[in-house]
Amino acid sequence: MPGIERCVSEIVTRHGADPSQLLQILIQVQDVIGYLPADCLSLIAEALDLPRARVEGVAGFYSFLHSRPVGRYRILFSDNITDRMLGAPALMQALCSKLWVEPGKLSEDGLVSITTTSCTGMCDQGPAALINGRPVTRLDHRRINEIAELVRQQVPVSAWPAAFFNVEDNIRRRDALLASTAAPGDALRAAIRVGREGWLTEMERSRLRGRGGAGFTTAVKWKACRDADGADKVIVCNADEGEPGTFKDRVLLASHADLVFEGMTLAAWATGAQKGFMYLRGEYRYLLEHLQAVLERRRAAGLLGAGIRGQAGFDFDIDIHLGAGAYVCGEETALLESLEGKRGTPRIRPPFPVTHGYLGRPTVVNNVETLAKTTLVALEGGEAFAATGTAQSTGTKLLSVSGDCAYPGIYEYPFGVSIERVLEDCGASDAQAVQAGGASGVLIAGYEFHRRVAFEDVPTAGAFMVFDSGRDAFEIARNFVDFFAHESCGFCTPCRVGTSLLKGYMDKLASGHGAKPDLADIEWVTRLLKNASHCGLGSSAPNPVIDTLVKFRPTFERRLESLHFEPAFDLDAALATARRITGRDDAAAHLDRKKETQR
Amino acid sequence: MTRPKLRIATTSLAGCFGCHMSFLDIDEHLFELVELVEFDRSPLTDIKHCGPCDIGLIEGGVCNAENVHVLREFRNNCKTLIAVGACAINGGLPAQRNHLELGACLREVYEFRDGLSGGQVPNDPELPLLLDKVHPIHEVVRVDYFIPGCPPSGPTIWKFLSDLIAGRTPRLTHSLMHFD
Amino acid sequence: MTRRFMFDGQPVAFEDGQTIMEAARAAGHFIPYLCWHPDFPPHGSCKLCIVKVGGRHVSSCALPAKEGMEVESNTPEINAERRALLQMLFVEGNHFCPSCEKSGNCQLQALAYELEMTSARFNHIFPDRPVDASHPDMLLEFNRCIFCELCVRASRDVDKKSVFSLTNRGIHKHLVVSAESGRLGDTDFSRDDLAANICPVGVILRKRVGFAVPIGQRIYDEKPISQVSMEAEK
Ligand SMILES: Cc1cc2nc3c(=O)[nH]c(=O)nc-3n(C[C@H](O)[C@H](O)[C@H](O)COP(=O)(O)O)c2cc1C
Ligand code: SF4
Ligand code: SF4
Ligand code: SF4
Repeated sequence: MPGIERCVSEIVTRHGADPSQLLQILIQVQDVIGYLPADCLSLIAEALDLPRARVEGVAGFYSFLHSRPVGRYRILFSDNITDRMLGAPALMQALCSKLWVEPGKLSEDGLVSITTTSCTGMCDQGPAALINGRPVTRLDHRRINEIAELVRQQVPVSAWPAAFFNVEDNIRRRDALLASTAAPGDALRAAIRVGREGWLTEMERSRLRGRGGAGFTTAVKWKACRDADGADKVIVCNADEGEPGTFKDRVLLASHADLVFEGMTLAAWATGAQKGFMYLRGEYRYLLEHLQAVLERRRAAGLLGAGIRGQAGFDFDIDIHLGAGAYVCGEETALLESLEGKRGTPRIRPPFPVTHGYLGRPTVVNNVETLAKTTLVALEGGEAFAATGTAQSTGTKLLSVSGDCAYPGIYEYPFGVSIERVLEDCGASDAQAVQAGGASGVLIAGYEFHRRVAFEDVPTAGAFMVFDSGRDAFEIARNFVDFFAHESCGFCTPCRVGTSLLKGYMDKLASGHGAKPDLADIEWVTRLLKNASHCGLGSSAPNPVIDTLVKFRPTFERRLESLHFEPAFDLDAALATARRITGRDDAAAHLDRKKETQR
Repeated sequence: MTRPKLRIATTSLAGCFGCHMSFLDIDEHLFELVELVEFDRSPLTDIKHCGPCDIGLIEGGVCNAENVHVLREFRNNCKTLIAVGACAINGGLPAQRNHLELGACLREVYEFRDGLSGGQVPNDPELPLLLDKVHPIHEVVRVDYFIPGCPPSGPTIWKFLSDLIAGRTPRLTHSLMHFD
Repeated sequence: MTRRFMFDGQPVAFEDGQTIMEAARAAGHFIPYLCWHPDFPPHGSCKLCIVKVGGRHVSSCALPAKEGMEVESNTPEINAERRALLQMLFVEGNHFCPSCEKSGNCQLQALAYELEMTSARFNHIFPDRPVDASHPDMLLEFNRCIFCELCVRASRDVDKKSVFSLTNRGIHKHLVVSAESGRLGDTDFSRDDLAANICPVGVILRKRVGFAVPIGQRIYDEKPISQVSMEAEK
């Protein structure tokens, strides 16, 4: 206990006893102690002078924070559909049986716990897992055996073979951004030369739209922030990249971090912000050290800090905040809450972040790729930037291609590229469907492959998951339904309950006990989610089901047991406990579905 | 023109017969009712199995295998099936055992209770087995209408039935809507 | 010149900064709600107050009124959606009204009456949520919580005690109290706190007052919530 006290007080002091640092403090305390026991939450609350319930509320929100002990080896299998297709469930089962532990439970000796986690962004090199927070890619039975052995021998993860942790960029097609040879500071020099106002004008000319999903025009956002009341503006880089099947931001952060930070600095130049945050998803924590090093280099080079590039009054610096396993924190207002050390619950809009963002200050939130793209605008000029792509979607787009194709990885194309073309380039010869934009995106069927990637046709934040003719569209939708049920923040009624109900219906169908009216119920719940949800998570959660019901309806229909009605639960299974207790197994101890037909 | 009488069946599953008592509370309307309907299986008659009927009224939730059989018999025979009362609609009082593990619950009652040392959970094949949770009837069969209340009042039941018999979609006005 | 918008086909005047909910209420129109409260800023979680504006669904408690808006509220379509939201709230908790002290005074139940919800329609989740009876005067029956956060807000912003908070997320979200033991009895909660008297449903209950007013003579037994709620407006 004195140990815990010292640990808490050191970490809290390191963060200036600032309540807005609560999430960062919880993460770091857990790093030391292994989990967050009740007394430890009390200590943190006391040290920060926060109500204890608030601390418990935050600690309970994030799936990477634990109120109960977890294994010294904590193994999380990425549970995206692409991981499942590459055999992740069997691999997890194998590891569990080798290590004598049930999924989701802690082994008796406290050595290991194994469970699943939402997509870790390694879809092009899965199946993947996080082991004590570090990504392990390309899992196969051989690697699983090795891991089991290392755990049994209690070899520290830091001493495991480096090859396990190898994360490839897999850049397959370069265009303007990925081929950029700009040196750090080049784009800033160009933007400073034209002045703050001139720089915004270039941005306007570029018609650059956000790459994080919503496609909002970046210059409009920047301008609104610049013009908002309040001198203490903030630039936030959204590096939460939680959308299943998306991993392009990971590659930008790993190999083009200078472009991203330079983009943030360019946003500061346009808006007058002096403070920047990068919100880095917990899954990408392995990049933290590298990113900090890049920041350090940029400070040393005069590209961050006071008087950037010798411009008096151009002061800007960047902090990196970690997320802790919550997809909803990619939603910009939930992100801001999280950044303030709170539960990641989306705010009511209006007011929008550009006027009332981080701690009520005018705030720009931009995606990693959006920010990187602004360096191209600075270097080439807005008009040149707008010359590629389509009229409504200027510039290029990074696609994260994964699934059933020969060459998964990152592809950069000018906007307007057809789905067909991408499929051809990535070596997908037998595709029956593409999930564009991740779980919340659109499912594109074969007859639509002529459509184009662009905000006005097939919008995508970057995910491009390919499914060949052997795949079952129902299982794809079901995977995404599981994802949303797990990631719903629970704030609003339709999403909190609706995603769970939807999961119930999908599980019922999957078990072969669906009935036709279940499809109508599913459609009703999806409508409520779409119409009544508080944020984009809830309103896009039903997309995969809606699309699959329209485009691959037979995959639902063939799972129906009845056209009339099937009970909500497995009646015979509901008698299992009573059978066990009484030792009965006679005919009357069972409920046969078929025997008593229903009207 | 005289219309043929409607045939009604009623039963209580995991219920307390309170809804049936309330049914009798429709008082003088009972005379009207018998002009319009005749009773099939019901505690009011001695018919043991439900035959083809127009309307089935179910009181009580689904707690054991026997309840499932009876409920299915009603569903298979009644053109219109109605859940009557809180227990049929959401499990009611019996469902308040749902947060307990059934095994622990049975052992507590039959094995560990004072004065029951050496007791055993009954395993007579004549006895229906318990489901691990008590469920509302709409989770087991398709249900056409619901009359809430614990029990629904006589006037509520009468309003509902008289609408139904007259061929109007039943609607409960504010004073007739009660969950308690 | 007063500015107006159309509410179910009728003109409603509003002042700058007023939400649709506030303006509609001032004009005598009831919009269902559970997490909204006249003394607190809008919260927007229950979604009962959804209305359609220009074909889009919005929360009327949170959206500022605008000149010329066309708002649809009391329509079969919106009411069906509201009823389904109520049904979701019923199946996610354990609402056994006959044994609930709040019955008759409960806003969730009253809205179910108002919107003619006769069953919970969906499959019941039957969660396991223990009761907290550790406080001398008050009882917490978590099975009925609808996560409106009124107690959280009242305790934090008015009582200045922050006794309550929500933890976990999604369908596992639940209420906790500010004590390491997790027991209300170990907090400084008092029966006179606003938070002790604001729960719209039967979670935060006074001990020893059980069934003082008989069932059948309670607030919403006498009058529908649409009427009771609007009387407060006058
Ligand atoms: C549930 C949800 C998750 C989101 N996740 C991300 C994300 O991981 N990264 C991101 O850049 N934007 C994400 N967004 C979009 C952001 O809210 C916001 O629109 C974006 O960061 C703005 O940046 P942009 O204009 O540069 O695209 C998400 C939105 C929702 C509703
Ligand atoms: S839609 Fe879902 S994620 Fe968004 S606020 Fe509602 S519960 Fe939270
Ligand atoms: S809280 Fe309201 S709806 Fe829930 S059981 Fe009590 S009276 Fe019924
Ligand atoms: S306890 Fe009552 S007031 Fe508090 S969140 Fe739950 S329903 Fe709302």
